[in-house]
Amino acid sequence: MASIDYPLEKSRRRQRDFSLSEALYSWVATVDHKRLGLMYMATAIIFFLIAGIMAMVIRAQLIVPENHVVGPDTFNRLFTMHGTTMVFLVGMPIIAGMSNYLIPLMIGARDMAFPRLNAFGYWIFLFGGILLYFSYLGANGLFGAGSAPDVGWFAYAPLTERAFSRGTSTDYWILGILVSGVGSIVSAINVIATTFCMRCKGMKLSRMPLFVWVMVVDAWMVILALPPLSAGQIMLLFDRYLGANFFNTQAGGSAVLWQHFFWIFGHPEVYILIFPAFATVSEVVPVFSRKPIFGRQAMVGAVVAIGFISFGVWAHHMFAVGMAPISNIFFATASFLVAVPTGVKIFNWLATIWGGKIRFSTPMLFCIAFIFQFLIAGLTGVMLAVTPFDWQLTDSYFVVAHFHYTLTGSFLFGVFAAIYYWFPKATGKMLSETIGKWHFWLLVIGFHLTFDPQHILGILGMPRRVYTYAPGRGWEPWNMMSSIGAAIQFIAIACFAWNVIRALIKGERAGDDPWDAWTLEWTTTSPPPEYNYETDPEVRSSRPLWDLKHPDDPDWKYE
Amino acid sequence: MVCAGVALPDAPGAHRIENIFRPLSTPAREISDVSILAVIICAVIFTVVAGLLTYAIIRYRRRPGDNDAEPPQVYGSNQIEAAWTVIPLLIVFVLIMVSARVIASVQNAKPPANALHATVIGHQWWWEFRYPSLGITTADELHVPLSGGAQPEPTFLKLESADVAHSFWVPRLNGKTDVIPNRANEMWIDPHEAGDFIGNCAEYCGTQHANMLIHVIVQPKPEFDQWVAEQRLPAVDNPAVAADKQAFLSFSCVNCHTVRGTSAAGVFGPDLTHLMSRKYLASGVLTNTPENLRAWIKDPQAIKPGCLMPAMHLTDTELDSVVAYLRTLK
Repeated sequence: MASIDYPLEKSRRRQRDFSLSEALYSWVATVDHKRLGLMYMATAIIFFLIAGIMAMVIRAQLIVPENHVVGPDTFNRLFTMHGTTMVFLVGMPIIAGMSNYLIPLMIGARDMAFPRLNAFGYWIFLFGGILLYFSYLGANGLFGAGSAPDVGWFAYAPLTERAFSRGTSTDYWILGILVSGVGSIVSAINVIATTFCMRCKGMKLSRMPLFVWVMVVDAWMVILALPPLSAGQIMLLFDRYLGANFFNTQAGGSAVLWQHFFWIFGHPEVYILIFPAFATVSEVVPVFSRKPIFGRQAMVGAVVAIGFISFGVWAHHMFAVGMAPISNIFFATASFLVAVPTGVKIFNWLATIWGGKIRFSTPMLFCIAFIFQFLIAGLTGVMLAVTPFDWQLTDSYFVVAHFHYTLTGSFLFGVFAAIYYWFPKATGKMLSETIGKWHFWLLVIGFHLTFDPQHILGILGMPRRVYTYAPGRGWEPWNMMSSIGAAIQFIAIACFAWNVIRALIKGERAGDDPWDAWTLEWTTTSPPPEYNYETDPEVRSSRPLWDLKHPDDPDWKYE
Repeated sequence: MVCAGVALPDAPGAHRIENIFRPLSTPAREISDVSILAVIICAVIFTVVAGLLTYAIIRYRRRPGDNDAEPPQVYGSNQIEAAWTVIPLLIVFVLIMVSARVIASVQNAKPPANALHATVIGHQWWWEFRYPSLGITTADELHVPLSGGAQPEPTFLKLESADVAHSFWVPRLNGKTDVIPNRANEMWIDPHEAGDFIGNCAEYCGTQHANMLIHVIVQPKPEFDQWVAEQRLPAVDNPAVAADKQAFLSFSCVNCHTVRGTSAAGVFGPDLTHLMSRKYLASGVLTNTPENLRAWIKDPQAIKPGCLMPAMHLTDTELDSVVAYLRTLK
């Protein structure tokens, strides 16, 4: 283990004076995986705040029946942009950001395999995001006013055809996502090449941190899932400008074809989005329970199984389109099956906690809430896979509650765990535990108050994507609770923002290994130098730092 | 929360409160039964797993005074992994079987000889209902006979769309079925209780998706037959409003609306032949009162912004004429 000693000379931020333009240039021109990772994360957080504010307006409109905060057109743009932003401009760059920052550090590499391609990926993603938002100014809607897309994040045909979507807002939706998708593909290729070619000495696949395993499976899924969406979007552009009529029902096209194209991307996509949370929880839970992950091989197997099965379940989004019974049964079966490896993951996290000595630091709190909330998300998912139940629940607020349990209650909580856990490594500063706990508890309360009542709204027949509703249908108290919960979540996010800013200005120094952790990234300085490691590390087990800290009882004896 | 939803009491005045667990029709009942089974299975799983997790978190927390020694390092167990793979597989098998049974039973039902057949046509932000065998066309309110007792009389619906994708959802009568252009879908209902049941369009279909309500009016057979007989008649021609009728026919209303027996033969908007037999206007947004009718014709955009009916900028006198004529279309 001699070769992964803590670096002798701690790198210090270079002291010479930077002018602002030099500092800016150094970020714009960087090809360093860590800087690009942080740029992805920062961009994602900015888009997250924008889309979060949109959600606040949506909930303000729905707090009472027949409300007039915004009109129908504005409302429809809000939920379209909220969904599109959260999936494509928050979820996807967070995947790229976390992979970029952590994978080279975790496998003992000095950078990603293709640093320049990496920088290209970030800038093309940012361009796509800006293009989408430029629609607010540039897309000519009615009367020449700017107009954002208003076709919903899954943009069902033929609402997107020119007969029903005049102006160019839908084109901005197509092009913005198409372009930012190039960034996701590029980043995924880079992750795969890096993981398979640049692992340090001794880092066999069987010793690779679970985080890297999950993210590399995620990268494969991105590469396989995004092209059908891109193909569908290009076909839609052909429809709109070249008279292709793929989805133009007025000329014999098929509306259902678009749904197949979209969901064969869209369902793997939701697993793609949840994987960074899986990856984080699989690192954080062991460290804070002081035990290795239970059933490492089963965890890897489960993630690979989820990856495979997720490509065979897409039409469970389409149980109501009138498929034949046999198709419905097939897709219900596939959807139930995905619950099995998902259950294995939950049980293994539980078994990791079992018998440990749990430290309730903020990252662990977010992970524990993740496990509870992901359990509920999984179980409502099982209910939705019961096709007849789905006939009632699909496109109702129950589905809204279900996927916010996966994307807010699970993905977002996982990402916050990751931020609290790795922020000290990335910046050298600790986030405040006190503010962190305020952030956590307010978010938990706000989250449940927002989304738990939405299950009931769905059961009471409230469809999703309605800008208003009439009084007297039993929906008022639940909507009121939901909107109040959203406001509490907003305060929680403000606590988070304050915590980050405060830590950057006057945070406590983190040191190299503040959590007493076991993976390779904690051997280098915080923040790591540009070259990551002074000497190429060498590992003998999946917990190299455990081996270093317990030379009398190293892991490699058991692996 | 889901369990709470199942157990939610019927509030007073519950006739407007829809709940998928208060089914009033065979398919809705079969769906509700299998759903309750799924909810129970999920609730049991949740209780067990969440219980174990809570126990583990409390039991294995670091306590003040603990020494710094690491707990025993356990790496895994193939037997345990096998157990928690196989048990969920068995549960999944049960769920597949019960789902498949209900899928087949709801989707494969064959219409009996006495079944009523109706065609539902989704339009941007209103519903057209046709009864081809009865020669009736109406809008927004689907009348069906009460089905039950010795002689069930189910209604089989053929679902089509005139423009974009919609979805037909009346929670107490059946799950939703999408209404997709260039495609004919089917669903069926056999309501066991008379009444007015509300539903919504459940697939986002543009600006006024929120205000595309469905009313299914279930009537005992004699009442339903009476309604059919009235609907088959041509429009009432009341000589007292002959001038108003002339005024109506001279406006461009007739380009979109039909009043059978007159020169108004548009098919873009709802058929108005028996407008006054309907309880609601504008796809369930307004109750059909003279004041609402006038307000609607005066400026539909104020009531349902973005809807496809324009304000015709009629003068007050012209409005009075149009409303007076329409009020006679019983």
